[in-house]
Amino acid sequence: MTALTALARAIAVREERAQPLTTVRHVHIGARPLVFVPLALAGEANAPLAALVGDDRAAPHLLVVPQPRNRAQRFAFAAELGHLVLDYLRSFTHFREDVPINRGREVRQRFSDAPQLIVPNPAGVAFTRLLGRSTRLRRTDGPYAVDPVVPLLGRWLTFLAERAEHPGSSLMVAMTRALSMHWATGQSSTEDANLAALLGWIAPPEGRSPVEAAADAEDADLWPPAGPATDPTFDNEILSPAIARHERDPRHFDGLRKVLNSQLEPTWHLMWRGIDVLGGLSPGASVAERWADDRDSFTNYVTYLAGDNPLPQARRDSATAAARRLSTMERAQNVYDVQRAMDDPLVMAEYRLGGEAFAGTVTYAAPDRIDASSGRRKLRPQILVHTDDPLRLTPGATVSDRSRPKQKAVIVRVSTLDSGGYEVQLELSGGMGNSLVAPPGSVPAVGERLTYSALDAAFRQPDRFPANEETPWTHGGPPQQYVPTNDDAVEDWS
Amino acid sequence: MQNAPVTSTEAHLDRLRGDVAPVNHNARTIAALTGNPGCRRRAVLDAAGVDKKAMSVHIGHPVPFGQSTFAITRGNAFEAQVKANGCAELLTMLRERLGLDIAEVAYNDLEEAGGNGSREVRHALARRMIDGAAAGVEGAGTLFDHPLLGLPIGGRTVYLEPDLIAFQVGAQFHIIEIKSFPVIDGQADGGKVAAAAVQSAVYVLALRRLFEELGHDPQRVSHNVILVCPENFSNRPVATLLDVRRQLTVLKRQLSRLRRVDELLATLDPGLTFDLGVRDGTATRPAGEVVAALGEVEARYSPDCLDMCELSYFCRAEARGTTHALGRTVREELGGIEFVDTALRLAEGRLAPTVELAETAHALRTALRMRTECLS
Ligand code: SF4
Repeated sequence: MTALTALARAIAVREERAQPLTTVRHVHIGARPLVFVPLALAGEANAPLAALVGDDRAAPHLLVVPQPRNRAQRFAFAAELGHLVLDYLRSFTHFREDVPINRGREVRQRFSDAPQLIVPNPAGVAFTRLLGRSTRLRRTDGPYAVDPVVPLLGRWLTFLAERAEHPGSSLMVAMTRALSMHWATGQSSTEDANLAALLGWIAPPEGRSPVEAAADAEDADLWPPAGPATDPTFDNEILSPAIARHERDPRHFDGLRKVLNSQLEPTWHLMWRGIDVLGGLSPGASVAERWADDRDSFTNYVTYLAGDNPLPQARRDSATAAARRLSTMERAQNVYDVQRAMDDPLVMAEYRLGGEAFAGTVTYAAPDRIDASSGRRKLRPQILVHTDDPLRLTPGATVSDRSRPKQKAVIVRVSTLDSGGYEVQLELSGGMGNSLVAPPGSVPAVGERLTYSALDAAFRQPDRFPANEETPWTHGGPPQQYVPTNDDAVEDWS
Repeated sequence: MQNAPVTSTEAHLDRLRGDVAPVNHNARTIAALTGNPGCRRRAVLDAAGVDKKAMSVHIGHPVPFGQSTFAITRGNAFEAQVKANGCAELLTMLRERLGLDIAEVAYNDLEEAGGNGSREVRHALARRMIDGAAAGVEGAGTLFDHPLLGLPIGGRTVYLEPDLIAFQVGAQFHIIEIKSFPVIDGQADGGKVAAAAVQSAVYVLALRRLFEELGHDPQRVSHNVILVCPENFSNRPVATLLDVRRQLTVLKRQLSRLRRVDELLATLDPGLTFDLGVRDGTATRPAGEVVAALGEVEARYSPDCLDMCELSYFCRAEARGTTHALGRTVREELGGIEFVDTALRLAEGRLAPTVELAETAHALRTALRMRTECLS
């Protein structure tokens, strides 16, 4: 939470409508996402109860586990889901594109598009992760053999759930998270966790105001919870008798399906409305670049699974793997934060408010200034920028402006103006060619508006971690590759 | 223990509640109480044992708190399984996995108390048994099932019932909490573990207090609680030691901040009552009167209330337009200003700030200027 977000919430209260937190969209929204709305049975360890899934809003697939405590039925659910998900994933493996590497001396290939799994909320991601965990270690032969698609589904769900935690990745998206990132509502973040309420503030249904829509959202009869947890009253009064009826007489299967569909369908429509709303925003400049990373990641995993004896993800990370993962995530978070600020003035405004960036107008420019102090003559133009921002940067700080990313500016002096605001004196280097005369346009001109920040979009050098096989003994020595055991394969799922 | 005569406090609380049986506190409601210790409304209503759920329905702000029968069934089945055969499975696990040196086992079910289930009798029995065990009386017991403990909250004794207490010969007593959420590959749902930790801390506190009363060293009650959950996706129990020292510190501080009931009562109009006028199971008192009565006691709404208090929808409606309703962090970012409208008028320069608010107002104006500039 920042001052700007808080202010946006306050405005939303007064205007009785959600307020934008960004000027562009920061997540990728695919042309054909796979929407997955799972329900779990209360009290059990991630026992699937039902799900709506599909990439066509007009034709969701309803999957149901008629007796959620029955192991065989759970695996049947996993197999059915597996076939749907795998078909969807495979549909992205037909087209590849060339990517130049090594300064264009070589090319590698990646898929030209990638799948995108969208679930209602972070709990949906957690459900997916655990469903992946409970299926990926199964065996397709021996006792307790499962449909070959089951462990494969498990690997993919695990892969996707891991990407969901990767900053900037859009391979798996939690709808409430994506919406809250782009809009502030006039309610608290606790209430924003309710998809119907959140979307009500942003895009209410026909004939309802945002405030009315948010109030409606708390009526579980109108808007059942978006899962995976179900409404306890529904469990007690409708689901429990429906399961019992079906248990007595399997001809009641359709009734049970109908009952579960009634809980899922409203959320299904909300999901697509959310996709439309997000899709309606224009994407930020670096969204495509991050999506290319996602496509790389997808390509790599497809390649891995197609290789010799691919293993499922381990139950737990080894010490090195955990440290590497943490470092990768931190770096990705940094890059993501910087990219969003560069793409979006409203995000950059957070840094300006914090004093780490400033926007202002050039009041004086000496584009041909030469610095001869060190003997060699160097082109070092200077400019003065007037800003009203609460500046905290001090002389010596290096900053840059988005429009001239190669040009570094060092703050020489900051003076407070009587009229309010600051005058910042900057010395420029880089991005002006090699001669002693700055080409036209390479130095900001008087009257130009700029936003200088100390953010640096350059990737940090990857931390160096020992390769897995060189893990020091202090960290447990080289980890064993995780080979699922017999116990894993026959693990209870009760 | 109490300054005011018990009888007058009790009588006053009875009057506040009206002609119905009081709703009892439990570890969960105490945890919730300490989650919002500044709320006088809740403190008064809970002390008087008012049925907040019935009240919320009657005044038209019902909160959908409920438990799924599936969750209840599974929870009961798991607890029964763990306790089957005198907790045989549990004891093996405590010995093997946690290395607890539990010798001879005597299992005592204190739930029924020989058929006499009244709170006083059950509490007295628990006292006696635990006193015996703490004093090292031969055969006094090792495991106590559902002992009834007491803890003074705001000057009144509240009865609590931990799942189990285990006695490790040689030194320590451990609270054992049985929960049916799974521990998967050594990890469990953070929110659920946190809630279990606070609840268990309430029990630790109650048991330590009992030790003190009985003249035993309260530190013999371990701050390591034994959490028993199903492992992975199975029904197999797995025990984990949970250090609740931090929760104990917070709890003690919050409980001491809870005003004493008699002090709170002294500030109220003597004629005030929350009686719903229940006749034949239906509330007959006009809802408007109940709402007016609630208005007499100051609330302190925050969105956290939504998860833990039956009156939250009512208090939220009452708090509409305040920055409280948007959550603590929003309120802080808006400089702690009470009303959303005030904050906005300061940001727009339509309201001249007081000296204390000058800095906040300046920050708000800057923020609004940037926002407007970026969106235009
Ligand atoms: S909901 Fe109301 S009564 Fe309950 S704790 Fe919050 S403010 Fe107090």
